[in-house]
Amino acid sequence: MAVAADSQFHVLAVDDSIIDRKLIERLLKTSSFQVTTVDSGIKALEFLVSPDQQEIEVNLIITDYWMPGMTGYDLLKKIKESSYLKDIPVVIMSSENVPARINRCLEEGAEEFFLKPVQLADMNRLRPHLMKTKSKEEKSSEEEDDANSSATSKRKAMDVEEIILPEKTRQRFLPKLQ
Amino acid sequence: MDVSQLQRSWVEFLTALFNEGFLDSQFNQLLQLQDESNPNFVAEVVTDFFHDSERLLNELTGVLDQQIVDFKKVDSHVHQLKGSSASIGVERVKNMCIAFKAFCEESNREGCLRCLHQVKQEYFLVKDKLQTLFMLEQQIVAAGGSPPLM
Repeated sequence: MAVAADSQFHVLAVDDSIIDRKLIERLLKTSSFQVTTVDSGIKALEFLVSPDQQEIEVNLIITDYWMPGMTGYDLLKKIKESSYLKDIPVVIMSSENVPARINRCLEEGAEEFFLKPVQLADMNRLRPHLMKTKSKEEKSSEEEDDANSSATSKRKAMDVEEIILPEKTRQRFLPKLQ
Repeated sequence: MDVSQLQRSWVEFLTALFNEGFLDSQFNQLLQLQDESNPNFVAEVVTDFFHDSERLLNELTGVLDQQIVDFKKVDSHVHQLKGSSASIGVERVKNMCIAFKAFCEESNREGCLRCLHQVKQEYFLVKDKLQTLFMLEQQIVAAGGSPPLM
């Protein structure tokens, strides 16, 4: 599938607050991004590995830091530990300006740290990270087109699940793939 | 009342809310995100804020009513309320939450109860103001106009 240089980027936004989800969605859409929002880290991972959504190429993940269950930091770690997902840029948002927290996230591979409430002006800080990924993916997708089959990508999704999802979530999941 | 009179009333009312410290610049951000394709964005997100805040205030009342107060729970709820009020730009509510959090960190029940009372007051006050603002907006639309761009 040919992708024009200026075609829309798809951002996955993760936040447990419905207000902040609505806000980030509007900010992103106003800035011409395509958006999917989820309310937890687990749902984010489920979305990223789901065979049903293989057509959507997520170009960036923006996540709240402080969420019940899996924090944004935990999510960041899981993404960076996965060979399949690690190249997707991750941005962390937080309502608290804690230098130790910010450094921890940046060291773990986050591209940026946004202080909440996120502003329209912050959207401009996302583009540099997206351009990097786009050219990388165009290169690797050319290589993949030669060898790919749907069976391969399905298997890839299952491998990712084994890496990323904890035991109990995986058991909930696997029947769906059959 | 004609459209321009209604629009003037809307601007005056909104300006007063900023001047009196009910709303801060974040609310302006919300207004900027509203356009012809999303004409109800502000009303929608503020309505979500009302539902969410009332849920949190009820939870807080319950938790602080217990014999033994779970301050971790209190902190978690106040943190959420602080976050969402900051996102909407309701400054007084947000500031009350900051004070509330401080008492929470000290496990100060009396302080927390006082803050809860004050947060509720500030919240219902600003809710009333915002509902009035939306009503003015509806009147403008009904008269065939649209709210002025700030």
